[in-house]
Amino acid sequence: MIVKKRVAMNKMPVEKRIRSFDEVALGLTEEQAVEEAKRCLQCKHRPCVEGCPVGVDVPAFIRKVAERDFLAAYKIVKEKNAIPAITGRVCPQEVQCEGRCTLARVGEPIAIGALERFVADWAIKEGVVEEEAEEALAKRPSRGSVRIAVVGSGPAGITAAADLARLGYEVTLFEALHKPGGVLMYGIPEFRLPKRIVEIELNYLRALGVDVQVDVVIGRTYTVKELLEDGYRAVFIGTGAGMPRFLNVPGENLANIYTANEFLTRVNLMRAYLFPKYDTPIKVGKRVAVIGGGNVAMDASRTALRLKAEEVYVIYRRSEEEMPARRDEVLNAKEEGVKFMLLTQPVRFLGDKDGKLAAIECIRMQLGEPDASGRRRPIPVKGSEFVFEVDTAIIAIGCHPNPLIARTTPEIKVNEEGCIVVDEHCRTSMRGVYAAGDIILGEATVIEAMGTARTASMAIRRDIVEGRI
Amino acid sequence: MPKLFEILEKRELAPRIKELKIYNPRIAAKVKAGQFLIIRVSEEGERIPLTAVDWDRREGTVTIVFQEVGVSTYKLGKLEVGDALADMVGPLGNPSEIDTFGTVVCVGGGVGVAAIYPIARELKRAGNKVISIIGVRSRDLIYRAMEVSDEVRVTTDDGSKGRRGFVSDELRDLLVSGLKVDRVVTVGPAIMMKVCADVTRPYGVKTIASLNPIMVCGIGVCGACRVEVAGKTRFACFEGPEFDAHQVNFDELLKRLKAYRAEEQMALKLYLEGGGR
Repeated sequence: MIVKKRVAMNKMPVEKRIRSFDEVALGLTEEQAVEEAKRCLQCKHRPCVEGCPVGVDVPAFIRKVAERDFLAAYKIVKEKNAIPAITGRVCPQEVQCEGRCTLARVGEPIAIGALERFVADWAIKEGVVEEEAEEALAKRPSRGSVRIAVVGSGPAGITAAADLARLGYEVTLFEALHKPGGVLMYGIPEFRLPKRIVEIELNYLRALGVDVQVDVVIGRTYTVKELLEDGYRAVFIGTGAGMPRFLNVPGENLANIYTANEFLTRVNLMRAYLFPKYDTPIKVGKRVAVIGGGNVAMDASRTALRLKAEEVYVIYRRSEEEMPARRDEVLNAKEEGVKFMLLTQPVRFLGDKDGKLAAIECIRMQLGEPDASGRRRPIPVKGSEFVFEVDTAIIAIGCHPNPLIARTTPEIKVNEEGCIVVDEHCRTSMRGVYAAGDIILGEATVIEAMGTARTASMAIRRDIVEGRI
Repeated sequence: MPKLFEILEKRELAPRIKELKIYNPRIAAKVKAGQFLIIRVSEEGERIPLTAVDWDRREGTVTIVFQEVGVSTYKLGKLEVGDALADMVGPLGNPSEIDTFGTVVCVGGGVGVAAIYPIARELKRAGNKVISIIGVRSRDLIYRAMEVSDEVRVTTDDGSKGRRGFVSDELRDLLVSGLKVDRVVTVGPAIMMKVCADVTRPYGVKTIASLNPIMVCGIGVCGACRVEVAGKTRFACFEGPEFDAHQVNFDELLKRLKAYRAEEQMALKLYLEGGGR
């Protein structure tokens, strides 16, 4: 019998969650997970697997959950996905695996993300994460001592490092910041992805024998060329898209205007929400404007609320329909009290005599014909300018690829947007150097980064085995 | 063998100005004049950018000089030989442009006197005539400037060492005297670099400033260090820290530097009341 409605995940009540950085989504209980897993039709053509950039065998793991064999379920997921506790939380499943689910034609798709998270959290709780790593280590083929450098420890780097370690290579993972995890650590807030979870998933890499080195900036501390000369057979670049975009309007450098990256880095990586116990400060004030309509804008606005801002506005130039953020994240933000100022675009920032932000001058927009992105183009409404007083502004309109490696490695070709150019196997223009994730894609999702990283690690193995590098 | 980030030597150069020699072979092997490092004192610590003042590639050490002005630098000053920093990453930023320019005046103020030392040294090595103008009382720092300069001029605001006045006064006199100056490099408080830029502008002397904005990541991700140069927003961390001083919007930089004044004072007060540990 087809059960059309999915089992809903429990969430922390709104009044409680806006006062804390604790995780909002509480996960499924065992009973809920089993009940949800039983809804799966186990259909033959398995569209969900195709919808997953790393190819997790979704029906197989769900069947194991339904049978209450959670360990087996975990092992099936882990085979293709090194960080299920993370992807289970942050993947946009609605446009990937769940978006393809056969059940979606008649009702709600299987909650694949929630089940993945359940399985991964179960493994953490039962303490089998490192056990699984040891098994993988025991099974892995011996490849002598072929060393591979992985640059950047975000989703792409983690996936490549795990793949390559399991294939039997000696992997060194380099991170420029003082904690590994990349955007998982500095970008995504604690209430959506607890840092403890990121650390556990990274410990899995260490258990696989990956040497994780923080405080090393490739391009500065060592160059890519030096890594190759030092004996690394291949270099994988997964440095991401982290260089913030600006509106390029007057007054953008006033004090108390943050990029989302700075705001979130101060809070997530530097723990500014615990200032002065932690030394890094942050400014919020009473009224905060977050500019942008993506997931990062939702993260920033919900973070500002938790830092005790009285009013938080998301200013977005199109309507809610065109917002790139996940529906769930918009809903969470709304539930928590974030206000949306839609069809509105800042034209300049106004400061006080000390050079601090005082207000934003905005203009109203209306929607015209669809543009290249397929979304209706926003057009300014003449004479609709108005001044909106704020204490803090956070610019969350996206990022460019990180430029450091390209600038210090002329052999690596980049395109006009600054993305590293690769062939279909993720090989760059420099022999022995591969790239994946946002550094080749521009801005994409965690799982898309992981999918390309998988392509790159397979190419590295093939090129080594076949003697090309 | 020392451990990574271990403090091997510590000296007090002047009241509240301290020097640490730190073990970090991977930075020591690579660092060049004009580059900086980011350190963290502890797990709760801020990321603090500091210029690499000196290094020994053979022994794998890097030297930093800092002034105790806020909680983070106070905590740094409390560390002793044998202690280790939580983190030290680098070298960051672009090296100074070193070439044979002719006569170069190096203007340093405060801890900038230490920061300008490696730049003066490399300029001297490249065959320039180096005149250093430094605003400092520390005998160590004056001595060090003398090692790498053809001429050293000292100023202090109370006249206790050298001339009474500002480094910019000395710089102005030098230019007024008609000496042909081919380049000026200035490292120090933003207000000092701004005044130096104003002094050299009418003379059309190329002037370089090593900027010291608030910084968090140091690798081009956060944009905390953005400065306006020639009307464009630039990131001091990976496009700087040195820029053409005549093109820098110093007024904006000065305002951005004050962004956390209230928080810094509050934290320092709490820290000192708590016994300053």
